[in-house]
Amino acid sequence: MATTEPIELVKSRIEELDPADARAELERGDAVLIDTREQHEWDEAHLDGATLVPPTTVADRIESVVPDRSRRVLVYCRVGNRSARAVDALEELGYEDVASIDGGIVAWQQAGFPVVEPEGLTKEQRMRYSRHTLLPEVGVEGQLKLLNAKVLLVGAGGLGSPAALYLAAAGIGTLGLVDDDEVDESNLQRQVIHTTARVGEPKTESARASIEALNPDVEVVEHRTRLDADNILEIIEGYDVIVDGADNFPTRYLLNDASVRLRKPVVSASILAFDGQISTFVPYEGPCYRCLYPTPPPPELAPSCGAAGVLGVMAGVMGLLQANEVIKLVAGIGEPLIGRLLLYDSLGTRFTELKVKRDPECPICGEDAPEISPSEMGRFPDYEAFCGGTVVG
Amino acid sequence: MATVKIPPVLRAQTDGEPEVAAPGASVGEVLRALAATHPGTEAQIFSPEGELNRYVNVYLNDEDVRVRDGLDTPVSDSDTVVILPAMAGG
Repeated sequence: MATTEPIELVKSRIEELDPADARAELERGDAVLIDTREQHEWDEAHLDGATLVPPTTVADRIESVVPDRSRRVLVYCRVGNRSARAVDALEELGYEDVASIDGGIVAWQQAGFPVVEPEGLTKEQRMRYSRHTLLPEVGVEGQLKLLNAKVLLVGAGGLGSPAALYLAAAGIGTLGLVDDDEVDESNLQRQVIHTTARVGEPKTESARASIEALNPDVEVVEHRTRLDADNILEIIEGYDVIVDGADNFPTRYLLNDASVRLRKPVVSASILAFDGQISTFVPYEGPCYRCLYPTPPPPELAPSCGAAGVLGVMAGVMGLLQANEVIKLVAGIGEPLIGRLLLYDSLGTRFTELKVKRDPECPICGEDAPEISPSEMGRFPDYEAFCGGTVVG
Repeated sequence: MATVKIPPVLRAQTDGEPEVAAPGASVGEVLRALAATHPGTEAQIFSPEGELNRYVNVYLNDEDVRVRDGLDTPVSDSDTVVILPAMAGG
């Protein structure tokens, strides 16, 4: 097919139908309808009963779509140029009765004729998420998955702030926020979801205000509480993916034990000073947090950000890596960080990847792990100092 | 000599150095050599019985030495030993 040939010349030798005539033919049911645009254009809207055959695939695919070369075939694209060239090419391939719809789907819609629009995405959503739906890996289908997803953020602090903002922008349909803290001036150096004017407000409320201002599609669920053995199962049960941005070990171990029980994936990150760590724990598919860290370190080896300091940007880098993992898990694309621990050293700008294996003797997800009662979750029977002191971030 | 990567929480014991070169034919020997030059690291890496503390993860290159031969895992000069404690900052 000579695509460099002037379009007027091509059009002069093929049959073009205006939308009204095309519609009449289609209603009689004696023509095959071909859409020769790209997948992302098809996803936005297409004519009922059409089959998508993108321009570069016409020669290869037409035989399987229309085996009978004497059949009447109508072809359309956006405005009628690509379809004119496709008709020309089909005639060269021996198709005898082919026509292009003049003005394409644009003229069709201007004439007031109906099109099939993807279920679930409104006109505003198609516009808002167009840079997502353009990606073949995401598309409308992936965006619908994001819009239907329920993601819980444990901690609306350093990691939770950037993660929540970008997950909200990405159109995650429900964002749950667990935090019992209030916004403090010292948070604002990294907790970018909060504002100076909202110092003193509950973090969940402040985060809700930012999320709703960014994207009205997102439903925010506030859990203004601290996770404990009594409330955790009930809180996490309704979510698809959990983002662990907790500032203390007791919550991290508790969340691990409960999420393994309910088989919820957890995207876990932590930050301190200029360093960050992240991994994705999918119960029974890969290791859990306890496989990686069987025992929490003693307090002198586990200073909090409040005691040791943290570069604000670290929260952004690691929180966004978490958001990226969540989107991959929800959309079912890419390679999640399962069985891999990624370290980021911001002073050296170095990433290091370490392998993490499931521990067959893990007390929570190991082969012979006993069923534990909810009140035993998050505990360390052999580690008395642990439960005594809560590390505050 | 192998390179030992020192986590931020142990750098006070290594004069702030993020990496220390240490000799040894096994992970245990390398960590003992580190403890000999930087005595402050010893109690944080080794238990009183001389085993690795359970809360310290040690990797030879990208592999946890617990799935290899622990402190007996052989080390060559081009290897990197990573000491990694859990962090909880969020």
